[in-house]
Amino acid sequence: MSAAIASGAEPRSRQRHSIFRNHLVRAAISLVAFILLWEMGSRLKLPWVGAVPPPTVVMKALLPLLTDQGYWYSWYQSSRRVLTGFLAAMLIGIPFGLAMATSRIFRDVTFPVFEILRPVPPLAWVPAAIIFWPTQELSIGFVIFLGAIFTIMLNVIGGARSIDLRFFQAARSMGSSNWDIFRRIVLPGVLPSIIVGCEVGIGITWNVVVAAEMISGGGGAIQSSAGGGLGFFIWNSYIGGSYPLIVVGMISIGIAGYISSSIIRRLGLLVTPWMRVR
Amino acid sequence: MSAAPSVQGKLRAGINPGEIKVTGVSKDYGDARFRTQVVRECTFTIERSKLTVMIGPSGCGKSTLIRMLAGFERPDGGTITLNDAPVTGPARDRLVLFQESALFPWMTTWDNILYGPRARGEMGRETLEMAEFLLNKVGLAQFRKKYPSQLSGGMQRRAELARAMINNPEVMILDEPFRGLDAMTKELMWEYYSRLFEETRRTNFFVTTDIDEALFLADRLLIMSNIPCHVRAVLDIDIPRPRTLIAMVENDRANEIKMNALSILHEEAMKSFSRGSKAAADFVQAYAKRVGKS
Repeated sequence: MSAAIASGAEPRSRQRHSIFRNHLVRAAISLVAFILLWEMGSRLKLPWVGAVPPPTVVMKALLPLLTDQGYWYSWYQSSRRVLTGFLAAMLIGIPFGLAMATSRIFRDVTFPVFEILRPVPPLAWVPAAIIFWPTQELSIGFVIFLGAIFTIMLNVIGGARSIDLRFFQAARSMGSSNWDIFRRIVLPGVLPSIIVGCEVGIGITWNVVVAAEMISGGGGAIQSSAGGGLGFFIWNSYIGGSYPLIVVGMISIGIAGYISSSIIRRLGLLVTPWMRVR
Repeated sequence: MSAAPSVQGKLRAGINPGEIKVTGVSKDYGDARFRTQVVRECTFTIERSKLTVMIGPSGCGKSTLIRMLAGFERPDGGTITLNDAPVTGPARDRLVLFQESALFPWMTTWDNILYGPRARGEMGRETLEMAEFLLNKVGLAQFRKKYPSQLSGGMQRRAELARAMINNPEVMILDEPFRGLDAMTKELMWEYYSRLFEETRRTNFFVTTDIDEALFLADRLLIMSNIPCHVRAVLDIDIPRPRTLIAMVENDRANEIKMNALSILHEEAMKSFSRGSKAAADFVQAYAKRVGKS
């Protein structure tokens, strides 16, 4: 029996290894094909793609930026803003969501306001944010915060509600107190949904970073005009009419979003070891 | 392992089998306009130190009865008592094994088993010894650090048995616990579970829709009617223990009881099959005629 298991395990691990390799190969193929099609579409002036500068031109615009401290400062600026806004959204959104999921009264009182505020797009908050907050950075952080908090809260509430009723019944029967149930059933039960909420939420914060940094008008930029944050970088390039630079900014934000989502995913698997083994 | 016999002794000595009496229990669901009675005037006893099996067509209200026995829901009428004290809510003296696994997915086998003692702050040396003993008893010693999703269906059911037994309930309530297991695993679980019962003689209440399972396990068999649920018949299954699958097939008495139980169940199943459908009702009538002739 054990021999059969051992011999069965070996080809499986080999297979997994080769799938992993294929996975990287496929990713490379996808990227190369995407860039080739874009280049061709742009050169041939195909509809829609024709209006976008081709990758070669974008690369030409990007190369000098790679040694431009201002460009990297933009990365730092935007990342810092996204991270603070996002952390604030987590710190407030998770307890708030848990309270809404566990207390009927709290939910009834807060839900209508939550539902009215939720559909308001972060961009619409920009004027209000400028008036609300004393400093520019706080206004920007606030808009980013709004981008993430509703998604996080919705996922917390949904996650808490989808916990199997039998878990509560079993825990109650075995003598659990309310606090014990909260700590050992609700929290771990809702954790995977919190992680999903954060993963989606941090993506949205990058979505709204352009709107948020429009507020700044390039404030806090150092070294060069490229240093006001990636969102501002795009806006500024648009004002200046430099289309290749717009694309550079777009790709930069895309990469930043990809990196932050995968970091959240990794961290998430670290705190939910039972989800790793499925 | 040298401690095992003494722990086994403690397990036995600690068992305090209870007796549940259900008297005239009814339960309705729905609002005032669309009210359905799910359980009607149900009366039976889950006798002390016996394995009582309840069998009835699916959707007949057995699970509702279980929720009331466990104290998750209150009956609309009638009383439920454990050792003559009324049941008022969920407690460790009546533990339920649910349909399919209700192991906590975020806990390892070991932590799942110790859930109850930890909740009550009873994590002494004796508890840990008992957990170790039960873990070996259900054959999961090598799987103590695995999560439920890493266990097979049969292992999950055994882990859940251990999780319930460590709390030493007076009555164990099992709601179709082996549903969804493959035929082989299921039969192994019957034998395993009935050995476990014979060793401890804890009061057990086992709900199923499977007649072979019911006959293999039961001391007493309650046959339930279709919805609204009430007791149609009570059969004493006087087949000696320990039972084996082969002996059950060859045993004349077992077959006699099976025929008897099946004829009652058949009637009830027919009712549920034909409810609300003219075509099905016609089929049932024709079927009944044909069976009557042969």
